This record gives sequence, C-alpha cells and structure tokens, in this order.
Amino acid sequence: MKILVPVKRAVDYNVKVRVKPDNSGVDLNNVKMAINPFCEIAIEEAIRLKEKGVATEVVVVSIGDKACQEQIRTGLALGADRGIHIETNTGVVVDSLQVAKLLQKVVEAEKPDLVILGKQAIDSDNNQTGQMLAALTGMPQGTFASEVVVADGSVNVTREIDGGLQTVKLQLPAVVTTDLRLNEPRYASLPNIMKAKRKPIDVKPVADFGVDMTSKVTVIKVEAPAQRVGGVKVADVAELVQKLKNEAKVIA
Amino acid sequence: MTDKLIPDLEMNFQLYDVLHADKLCEHSKFEEHNKDTFSATLATAEKIATDLFLPHNHIADKNEPTFDGHKVTMIPEVQVAYNAFCEAGFIAGRYSFEDGGMQLPEVIMTAASAYFMAANPSTTSYPFLTSAAANVICHFASPALKQQFMPRMLTGEFTGTMALTEPHAGSSLADITTSAVKQADGSYRVKGSKIYISGGDHELSRNIVHLVLAKIPGGQPGVKGISLFVVPKYRLDENGDAGDRNDVQLAGLLHKLGYRGTTSTALTFGENDDCHGYLVGEEHHGLRYMFMMMNEARIGVGFGAAMIGYRGYQYSLEFARDRTQGRHADHSEPSKPAPIVLHGDVKRMLLAQKSYAEGGMALCMYGSHLIDRVNTCDDTEEKHALKEMLDLLTPVFKAWPSEFGPKANDLGIQVLGGSGYTREYYSEQFWRDNRLNPIHEGTNGIQALDLSFRKLWQKESLGLKILKREVEHDLSQVVTPKTGAMAKELVHYLTALHEIIVHVSGTIKSEKQVTLLANAQALMNVFAQIVVSWIWIRQASVAEQKLIAGNATEKEANFYKGKIQAAQYFISWELPTIDRDLKILKQDNDVCSDMDPDWF
Repeated sequence: MKILVPVKRAVDYNVKVRVKPDNSGVDLNNVKMAINPFCEIAIEEAIRLKEKGVATEVVVVSIGDKACQEQIRTGLALGADRGIHIETNTGVVVDSLQVAKLLQKVVEAEKPDLVILGKQAIDSDNNQTGQMLAALTGMPQGTFASEVVVADGSVNVTREIDGGLQTVKLQLPAVVTTDLRLNEPRYASLPNIMKAKRKPIDVKPVADFGVDMTSKVTVIKVEAPAQRVGGVKVADVAELVQKLKNEAKVIA
Repeated sequence: MTDKLIPDLEMNFQLYDVLHADKLCEHSKFEEHNKDTFSATLATAEKIATDLFLPHNHIADKNEPTFDGHKVTMIPEVQVAYNAFCEAGFIAGRYSFEDGGMQLPEVIMTAASAYFMAANPSTTSYPFLTSAAANVICHFASPALKQQFMPRMLTGEFTGTMALTEPHAGSSLADITTSAVKQADGSYRVKGSKIYISGGDHELSRNIVHLVLAKIPGGQPGVKGISLFVVPKYRLDENGDAGDRNDVQLAGLLHKLGYRGTTSTALTFGENDDCHGYLVGEEHHGLRYMFMMMNEARIGVGFGAAMIGYRGYQYSLEFARDRTQGRHADHSEPSKPAPIVLHGDVKRMLLAQKSYAEGGMALCMYGSHLIDRVNTCDDTEEKHALKEMLDLLTPVFKAWPSEFGPKANDLGIQVLGGSGYTREYYSEQFWRDNRLNPIHEGTNGIQALDLSFRKLWQKESLGLKILKREVEHDLSQVVTPKTGAMAKELVHYLTALHEIIVHVSGTIKSEKQVTLLANAQALMNVFAQIVVSWIWIRQASVAEQKLIAGNATEKEANFYKGKIQAAQYFISWELPTIDRDLKILKQDNDVCSDMDPDWF
C-alpha cells in the first residue's frame, strides 16, 4: 500500500508573525519556516502505518520554490521513503485550488491508496485542500481524523465533529485530513537524518503539470488582531452582574 | 517569553560566517556530512529543547528530586525529555560510525547543546554526563570493558557519572582515600565515599555507570597512585543487562543553590565490602585518563555558562522592551511612558550582557571548532601546534564564560528591578543555575593556576606562539573602519601582554613566585580579556563586511550593527579593566600573598 503525504512549508508555530506596514501580508523575511504542524501529524500517521506493516511506501510531496526541499528532507528524515518537489518560482502564491489540482496530477501518476494531508495550514488556515482534492479525484474523504484504521481495502476514520466523534468507513483509495489529536509526531533522529540524505527527491517544474496557476483569490488586506485591552477589577458580585447585564449585555 | 531560544541568525553567523564550519566536510572524517545534515541536526535539537526541555525548567527548580531512603523521585517531565534526547541519537552524535555514532564535528555538537543548555541546564546534565563518561571509556577502557558498557551508554539505556570528589578531597585529588583491591578474577573491590556526584542516583536509566577514581594499595602516593574504575550501580547479567545490585549506596541528596533538577549525591562504595569495580586502562594512570578527556568537558562548562547567560540576556531584553518607566530622554512624546530599553543605563546593562553571553558563545564555539581542526589536521607538525594552542586556551574556555555568564545574569536581574528579585520571574533562577559554573570542573582559581604555572610555558610556549599567529592573521584581515579602530586598541594590549609574560616568566623563577600564586587571577584576567577581545573583533569584522556588501535585509543589518556595537562596548568598557591587573603583575604585588591568616 502506498501513502502520499502532501506537506506545506509554513511559518514555524513558535514565531510571532508581524503584519507588513502596507497590510499586504505578514513579514516572512528571516523568519523561521517549518513543516506545517498538521502536515507533520500526517507524516507521522503514514510512518506509523508503514511501521505496522500496513503501508509499504510513503511519498512526501511539496509545492514551492527550492526552499521547500528542506521540509521534504525533514519528511524523509522522519521516515518517508522518497520525495517529490513541484517547483515554482520564488514569490509565487499558490492557493488551495491550485494545490489541489497539482496534487490531483500527482495522484494520477503515483496512484496512492491513501492520501493523508493536514486539515489546514497554520499560515492561511483555509482548510480546503483535502476536500478539493477528494472532489477533483472522486475519492472519498475523511476529514479531521483523530483515529485512522486501515483494514480489508477500506479505512475507518474517526472524525472530530462538534457533537463528539463520528466514524466513517471509506473505500480505498481515499483522502484523510488530520486533526491535532491524531498522534504526536516524533523527532527526526540523527541516524535518520543521515539516511534521509540518500533518499531521492524528484524535482518537477510546475509548468510540466499543465495546471492553470492564475490565482482566483485576491488578498485585500491583512491586519493584526486588535490589541487586548486591560480588564477592570470589580468590587463585588453585584457589580459584576450589573456589568455583564448593562455593559457586556451577555445576560438579560 | 522570547520566540526562540537562539535566533537562527545568531547560530548561522557563528557557525558559518565566522567559523566556516561547513568547510569541515571537505575532510574525509566528515565527508558524510554537509550543511543540510548539520542544519537538520540543529533543527531536531532546537525542537526537542523547545518542546520538552524548556517547559519544565522552572518546574524542576521548584520541585527538587527527593529520596525516601530507597528511591529517588523526580518530576516525570525529566524522563520524557531524557528519552527524547537519547532516542534522537544525541548522546552518540560525536562518536564514530563504527561506535554507533553520527561522527558529527565537535562544533556542531556544541551548537546543538546550545539549545538544551539555554532551555534547561539541569535536565541536560544527565545525558551530558553520560556522554562525557562514555568518552573516557571509549578512549581508555579495554575492548571488552568498552563493549560491555559503551553501547548501552550511547543509547542512554545506562547513564554515567564522574565520581572524583571525596568529602575531604575536592580540588586536591592527590589526597583521595577510596581504595580498590584486586581480586582473583581480575576485578577490584572498591571502598570509600564520594560527594557532590551529579546524577549519582535516579531512576532515569536502567543502570548508572560511575567512573570512580581510587587508589590501589601499594601504589605511589599522590596523583601518580590514582587509578580509574568503572563501577556500575547494577552488575551486568549474562546478557550484559542490569543484573544484581552492586554495593553502591546513595547516602543522601545534597541541596544546591541552583541546578536543582540535577541530583547531587553523596555515595558510599563498598559499605558491605562487595562493591565490584573494573579497571579502566592500566593501574595508576587514572587521573591522566580523566584529564585527557577534560578539554571537551571544560569547553562544555564554559559554553553552558555562556548559554545560561544568553538566555538571561534575552529574557531581560524582552522585559526592557515591554516595561515602561519614565519618559524619553530627548523629551519627545512627554505624555507617553518610555520602554526602559531606551534608557542609557539599561542599554549599558544590556550591552554588557550581550558582550558577555555572545562573547562566551563565540569563544567556546571557536574552542570546539579548534578540536575539529586538531582532529582533521593531516600535517603532524601543525596538528601538534594546534593541540598546544587548544591546551593553552582550555582554562580560558572554562573560566572566562563561567565568570562572565553569572555576571550577565546578575545584570539581567538588575534590568528587571524588583521583578528580577522575585521568584515569579526567571532571572533569579538563571543566576542561581549559572553560579555553579565557576566552581565545578576545576574551580576558576585552579584554572588561573593552570594557565599561569603550566599552560603558558609548556612545550616552550608553543601554544602562545600559535595563538599569536592566529590573532595576527585575523587582525591583518581587518579592512573595515570601525573594526580597524578596535584592532588598533587590541594591538596596544597585545604588546602589554607580551611584556607582562616576559616579566612573569622572571617572577616564576624568583623568590617572588609566591606572589603569582595569589595574583594568578590577574594574569588570567589579562590573558582572557585579550582573547575575548580578539574573539569579538573576529565577529565585528565579519559583521562589518556583511554590511558593506550591502545586500542585508533590515533585520540582518540590525543584527550586524548589534555585533559591531557589542564589540565596541567590549573593547572600550571591558578590555581596559585589565590595566589594574597589569599593574598588580608588574609590581609582583604581595598584598594578598603576604596576608597572614591571623590578621583576618
């Protein structure tokens, strides 16, 4: 069984990003980049399936300029077998739909039994790519997975939904997107970093895929969230109730 | 909290712009590596340090390990962090491929340790002590003994300690009384007490391998009669696993000022006359084995001190950017309180911290890179020369950062003001943790004596000649205006250093020798401040060239300007403080040596 794991190069989750003065986006100059945490969970799940003997090959794919090979290399150091880099020019913005269309082409060529993606990326928080890919390829989808069990040509995906947990059974090949509690990703060990050096990364220019890369999304304005203002101390419960009623208007 | 323990800009600057560490990969020893494997190694170190070491640094400080008479208990986070460190392969990182390691350069291992030391020095101690003990076994134990213990230490299954100090003999190891008597089967029975043994007992690993210094009866008195033994907490069973309990007992835990997460122990060996020990190498050579491995350990202590200093600097810097007090000195915005980072005296304290912490960091990374240069040097004569310079600088690598790291932390507390004096903020813990470093691994007093009476003169001062060559080479490369002015200042003090060394070489041979015993710290100060000035000029020179090249982003440019400013601070505020020491040495000042104990 082959598993395809698309990964995104995103701002490291420890970094406090700053909005550019012209409100066109966040400043990524000299900012630490890493694998999107949800994608890391996807890699971990694929590797665990391989370690259990369920999967035989794990392929990591990423889209972006040369720098995203760092993230592919990390995926290989975590235990994936090979990488595919769809190379774009530096500075090109790729939206969820373009990503899904490019991944569709990769799925057609690689014919994976399972595609595991992060449910969203922590930079744009779109939560779209997995669903779009499922629609484009006609594969069934199990999103927000907190448990993945593969058996007899199908996969049971336990999903985190508002009311609790829901388990869906999908016929393979299928698309799964990961939620935070699916697993706890491992760290790339030194021996595996050395092994990853010898694993192949296939670099393909984005032009080879015949996908219309014109963005359908326009960013109008990016703003920092409003600064939190200090609270007030209330003298007693009565004052609190009065404020909740009259100022915050949260109780009647 | 700051976003990052150590910004990538800083780490990459030290490793690649200043030291060109990637060039090491041109040598066959490191040909399996490249910049990518180095970066990936550091990325894993940073991640584990940030995720698993940093969050419990303060918790471990507030919840010291306890001993109920049977077992040591500590907070569970330590075990999780320890396991992750071991599983990632960090203990074995510096060892050869044949020994199951990654054959990484010393400078990369040092860089990786930066994240752990900055995040949580106490928890970091356990794997670091293990790595250091395994290093001794690797180099000096018989193949059979090595095979029994080293592989399990490199995976972290067994931990290690260095058991040198005894209740009555710390700096003076010649006076130890722990004994080892040979048995018919070739093993020894060890008997004695050891104290302040870090990591001497805990439940983190399946076995604890103590490296014990002891005397075999009939040997020579003093240091020439000391032998080195492997003494495990559990004897090995037929599978080489931890088997029967050996006669090593934890007498009790000691309660320290800082580093509270690391157990400090009093251990008794052979209370029931059944403590099995195994000789490392040959009888009576123990101290030599131990000290041959001390270079790395001493750089490690200095570097750790620099990194705790660095963390304290970053912490107080962030505080100073947020905290508002008073108004802008230029009376702009009179209605708005100014962040204290704008106030002159706060800037002074931050610059001092920066110059100490980053100076110590650059100094020790230079030192670990020097070990790599020695190890990869194919010219026998040059290798020997570099080794001599390493020997000469080792007391400086240990003593300078461990003196100035705590000074940085002291200023860190001052920047926070009243907050810094409370336990609600971390500054006081940084200072308490760092206060260990001038004491252990040879006190700074011992380091000053080592420099003044031994290292400066050994092999006809070859180390000094090579150091002079390196410094002169670097100064001749300085082509930039600001750094050029600093270099000029340093040249003045280099001349003074030369003169004072000529003078001291006379003092040593005269009856005034006794004054140098008391004034060794002054000589250390002169020598070390000059060495660190050179280290700062190396950094400033690279930074200035980067600025002149003109393609730096705004953030990079600020970083480079900061480097130059800190170098200028060091050269103008710190370097001239050695004038006092030069005077003391020139006078063969006898105030301290002549002091009679009865006059106190």
